[in-house]
Amino acid sequence: MKILVCISHVPDTTSRINFSNQDTAFDSSGVQYVINPNDEFGLTRAMWFKEKQSASVDVINVGTSLTEPTLRKTLAIGADQAFRIDSDPKDGFFVAKQITEFLKSNSYDLIIAGRESIDYNGAMVPGMIASMNNMNFVTNCVKLDINENIATLEREIDGGKEILSCSLPLVIGGQKGLVEESDLRIPNMRGIMQARQKPLNVIPAFDCELKTKSVKYYKPAERNEVKLIPSDNLDQLIDLLHNEAKVL
Amino acid sequence: MSVLVYTESSKGIFKKNTPELVSYGSELSKKIGVELFVLVFNVEDCSMLSQYGATNILKVDNDGLNLFENKTYSNVITKAANKINASHVVLSSSADSKYLAPSLCVELDAGYLSNVVELPSSISPFTVKRTCYSNKALSDSTIESNIKIIGLSNNSYGVVENKTETKIHDFDVALIDKQIEIKSIEKASGKISIADADVVVSGGRGLKGPENWNLIEDLAETLGAATACSKPVSDMGWRPHSEHVGQTGKPVATNLYIAVGISGAIQHLAGINSSKVKVINNDPEAPFFKAADYGVVGDAFEVVPKLNEKLKAFKS
Ligand SMILES: Cc1cc2nc3c(=O)[nH]c(=O)nc-3n(C[C@H](O)[C@H](O)[C@H](O)COP(=O)(O)OP(=O)(O)OC[C@H]3O[C@@H](n4cnc5c(N)ncnc54)[C@H](O)[C@@H]3O)c2cc1C
Ligand SMILES: Nc1ncnc2c1ncn2[C@@H]1O[C@H](COP(=O)(O)O)[C@@H](O)[C@H]1O
Repeated sequence: MKILVCISHVPDTTSRINFSNQDTAFDSSGVQYVINPNDEFGLTRAMWFKEKQSASVDVINVGTSLTEPTLRKTLAIGADQAFRIDSDPKDGFFVAKQITEFLKSNSYDLIIAGRESIDYNGAMVPGMIASMNNMNFVTNCVKLDINENIATLEREIDGGKEILSCSLPLVIGGQKGLVEESDLRIPNMRGIMQARQKPLNVIPAFDCELKTKSVKYYKPAERNEVKLIPSDNLDQLIDLLHNEAKVL
Repeated sequence: MSVLVYTESSKGIFKKNTPELVSYGSELSKKIGVELFVLVFNVEDCSMLSQYGATNILKVDNDGLNLFENKTYSNVITKAANKINASHVVLSSSADSKYLAPSLCVELDAGYLSNVVELPSSISPFTVKRTCYSNKALSDSTIESNIKIIGLSNNSYGVVENKTETKIHDFDVALIDKQIEIKSIEKASGKISIADADVVVSGGRGLKGPENWNLIEDLAETLGAATACSKPVSDMGWRPHSEHVGQTGKPVATNLYIAVGISGAIQHLAGINSSKVKVINNDPEAPFFKAADYGVVGDAFEVVPKLNEKLKAFKS
């Protein structure tokens, strides 16, 4: 089985978000980058398929050379080779188109992406890759098993879950549950050394239109100062929630 | 040109986000100056849509649509969009609609923005505000393609009453073969889901252990609320993963979010986009107090039962 894991390179979850160039660009000064958490769950599941079912695992990112440390980290965790499509990803459609172009000369049985990136929050790249390449697609995927050519999956739905089954080739949008937090791997010295020898292939981007553009960024309005209510005056709290906030 | 709003239903009943979606679609169609069509699958009585400005309903009745399946649904929505020559398609931010939107984009060769929180500030170029960076920022974003797909965040626009005459158009479609087999669906029965709730009561590590969750559940019951938790609580198995709120868990966009014994770590706050937040924590320095509208400094084990009693009295 050949697996491709889509890796989005995102600001660490604790990052303060600021913008530059009159609020038209993300200000990356002082920001640490990580593998998008949903992709890390997917990559870890891919490692399981590699170890237990002898799958091969490639990773791909559409990004500038700044994403290479993140890709090296995926190699240190255990991916076999990395591909970087050399371009600044502007929108999800663009990313999906670039990966689709790559798939014309590289085929995979399973493509694992994240349910959503924590920077763009598009929740769109995996579904678009699936539709562009006529592959099956399951998102919000919290369990994935593969036997022969058949995948059994669990998808989180609003208020419950659904068990699904379909044939490969398949694209998933993964999230926590695919593996547990405690299964995530920190690269060890051996992995880091090996990663230096593994291929990190850079592919030029192809020309492709943008469907959407982010033209200006804002910070959310600050909340008003919290109103503290003494714990022995909960009647006042109920009054405020009812008459002021109008939520009761 | 026209606006198509896709509504969701389950067992013949509209989902809770329907009035908001139709209100948004109605105002959008007026702003652009085109007709509005509301797409409905397998709902007998659509009369309530007239209250929110639904001038036209495209009604599909087909038992093959009783269960949600992404490809079958997106194919029907595509056909509906083509039939009415839709220039704008509006969807909710439910799990199912977020599943559908990227497939629709490819089928309709459309641009898509998710997490949209407002009507467009400009029609040309089509510009809307959306949240990004896990609720830590917003952007003005444009859609450049002819057909535009808008994923509206729950509880962002609100419900606008606007009584209208409604024309119902029956829409017959042939369904494509299913590629994905649905083996079973498990719904937590009788429980309100985080996505459908107006109020969410959420518990953190401050509750000490799963045996104390009756505090959260009782309060939620009184308020008709959904229950949720912080990430460590689900990591330790005190509560199911599906309840975990935050950057790596579920987003909440309710009217009221009550956080009990949760410190307010940045990754937790990234999941909360509620209009009002209320915090109960015994540590006055807890960061959550900086991200809340109302707060009670106190021991959850004393405050929550007292609050619950008082709320019960208030409700009756
Ligand atoms: C990559 C990454 C992603 C993450 N994603 C998420 C996420 O999506 N969601 C999330 O929630 N976390 C997430 N986290 C974890 C996050 O950083 C915090 O560790 C977590 O939110 C803390 O949970 P908590 O508030 O329940 O526990 P704690 O931080 O331990 O806080 C417990 C609180 O309870 C209070 N307390 C104690 N006793 C009482 C009492 N008797 N009465 C009232 N209050 C009491 C304490 O004062 C304290 O403020 C993530 C972390 C990382 C690194
Ligand atoms: N620039 C990118 N390169 C590779 N994969 C990406 C990129 N952006 C997004 N993805 C993948 O698509 C998923 C969903 O991203 P998004 O549509 O931005 O929410 C991510 O979790 C990644 O797996």
